[in-house]
Amino acid sequence: MFYREAGQFKTSYKADQALFPILQDRIGIAAILLIAFVVIPAFANDFFLTSIMIPFLIFALAAIGLNVLTGYCGQLSLGTGAFMGVGAYAAYKLTSIFPDANVIVMVLVSGVFSAAIGAVFGLPSLRIKGLYLAVTTLAAQFFLEWCFIRIPWLYNYNSSGAIEVPRREMFGFIVTGAEALPITRYFVVLCITAGIAYLMANVLRGRIGRSWMMIRDMDIAAELMGVRPLQTKLMAFAVSSYICGVAGAMMVFFWLNAAEPSSYSIRLSFQILFMVILGGLGSLGGAFMGAAFIWILPVLLKFVPGALGIDIAAETVEHATFMIVGALIIFFLIVEPHGFARLWQIAKQKLRVWPFPY
Amino acid sequence: MLYDIFIDPFVQMYDMPDFFLQVLWEGFVAGILYALIALGFVLIFKASGVFNFAQGIMVVFAGLTLVGLHENGVPAYLALILTIGVMAVLAYGVERIVMRPLVNQPEIILLMATIGLTYFLVGFGEFVFGGEPKQMITEELGLPTGSTAFEIGERGLIILQHIDIAAAVIAVVMVIALAIFFNKTRIGRALRAVADDHQAALSVGISLNQIWAIVWFAAGLVALATGIMWGARSDVSFALEIVAFKALPVLILGGFTSIPGAIVGGLIIGFGEKIGELYWGGLVGGGVESWLAYIIALIFLLFRPQGLFGERIIERI
Repeated sequence: MFYREAGQFKTSYKADQALFPILQDRIGIAAILLIAFVVIPAFANDFFLTSIMIPFLIFALAAIGLNVLTGYCGQLSLGTGAFMGVGAYAAYKLTSIFPDANVIVMVLVSGVFSAAIGAVFGLPSLRIKGLYLAVTTLAAQFFLEWCFIRIPWLYNYNSSGAIEVPRREMFGFIVTGAEALPITRYFVVLCITAGIAYLMANVLRGRIGRSWMMIRDMDIAAELMGVRPLQTKLMAFAVSSYICGVAGAMMVFFWLNAAEPSSYSIRLSFQILFMVILGGLGSLGGAFMGAAFIWILPVLLKFVPGALGIDIAAETVEHATFMIVGALIIFFLIVEPHGFARLWQIAKQKLRVWPFPY
Repeated sequence: MLYDIFIDPFVQMYDMPDFFLQVLWEGFVAGILYALIALGFVLIFKASGVFNFAQGIMVVFAGLTLVGLHENGVPAYLALILTIGVMAVLAYGVERIVMRPLVNQPEIILLMATIGLTYFLVGFGEFVFGGEPKQMITEELGLPTGSTAFEIGERGLIILQHIDIAAAVIAVVMVIALAIFFNKTRIGRALRAVADDHQAALSVGISLNQIWAIVWFAAGLVALATGIMWGARSDVSFALEIVAFKALPVLILGGFTSIPGAIVGGLIIGFGEKIGELYWGGLVGGGVESWLAYIIALIFLLFRPQGLFGERIIERI
């Protein structure tokens, strides 16, 4: 009733192959973009932007990156945090080597380094599969983390061992550094995330994305049908690491301002993996929903006791948050193992047949 | 440079045999403890095909429960028995609440569920017992605490901690007990049947739910023993969690389904890590312990993708 394909006739191949062929989808996406670009900047305060929207968008981008690898190509990875770290450190080095270059270009270029390292650690995936591969990506995680600590060149011999973002301007606005306004950062992060998400939506439904899905569904069969496993898997690793690297660079440049090696620890890898799984494997929209859930829920939990007038020690709240998040993850896996993306599909089906039950 | 890598470490080993032996012993003990954690993983993976990420946190949780109970005035041995009870309740709860509804899901979902369980247990443990590190009640449990020095040759000296010897003995006893349990008892055979084929086991009247609860309980007992041993060497704290990740390379080295594999894998990683750190680590600035285990496992995997003792992976279309 509210959402249906029936009656929407296409008169050209172009219209048929469009990214959103259905009118209601176009309206929905336009509404979301309107909210993101106009409503939120107009009404949100700095707190909402810096501690909810900016990290949410960055994590959503990282979740898209991991989704390419795990959801679309079927290669389980626990090294996301380290690949994000590579992006962050590469962007930091690039901005200190080329101080005059545009900082956004540097952030986008830093992903290339992360992609190269991701491809190297993707090499074992040709022989090793499934959970075994997860352990080899753990090797990447711990090795790279060690590099961030032990190679002083990476953080410019800074005595604190942390990387600090320099102040950079663009078109008269301060984009990075401590003085940058949350609203400026928000727009930069939003543009990069939306741009990459749009690009990936198109890549994933094209030849490359389809060959990834063939590898995921059955790699031997895909090989017999002419998909070259080496190139395909390595490309998945490279693209995934590129996106994660950009997300990692954005994390330090537009959100944290300074980062230590521990910012990119295994905890971060798990967090991103949760977002992907709870959002739904193999779904871009799911990556956004998962990121929203995993990031925003703990933030909300922090403020609920205060809002209700209950006085609890901050420590207790933190422990309770851990418990609740863990329990909710298990709960959602039991209720809907295919994630929020499946819930959204069910909702769409309900809208389609409403007011009838089926 | 080449001299530093290929010759100097061996010259050092030859020159100072006592130090080398001490390193070997350290590696052996670390290996035993890794093997114990890996053993818990293997038990659950064999019986249910679940890759139990929460094993590491179960170790911490068991140790914390034991120490926490003792701190609140429960005598040591009673605390031990109560902790076993807690692990049994945990096993039953996990089977009932987490595993049963998730039967037949893909392995990545089960893996995520155990990671969710990890989060839950971390939060719960800190909630109940507090986050600060605690001292393990070694003496109260009647475990030895001293150390003995052996003289070797003219000037050599090796120091063995008694607790390490106890750990090795307990590990060996536990592996033997598990082997007997798996091969000789009725429940053990049922466990092996379930591991082979879930449906066939069901059809001859083996209760899957019961078996899973038992297997999680057995893994809980292994976790408790590991928790006591690790706790006696350092403190009982959530920092142990990172040590538990070390069990993963051990596991893939030995193969997910093999108990001897867990032991051998643990020893290889333990020896490799200590020797690598002390003789080669200095060349790259130290601290290689954090990733060397994974690289060793990675190299092994490239040659044997199923691990040393794992079942051969056969792929069909």
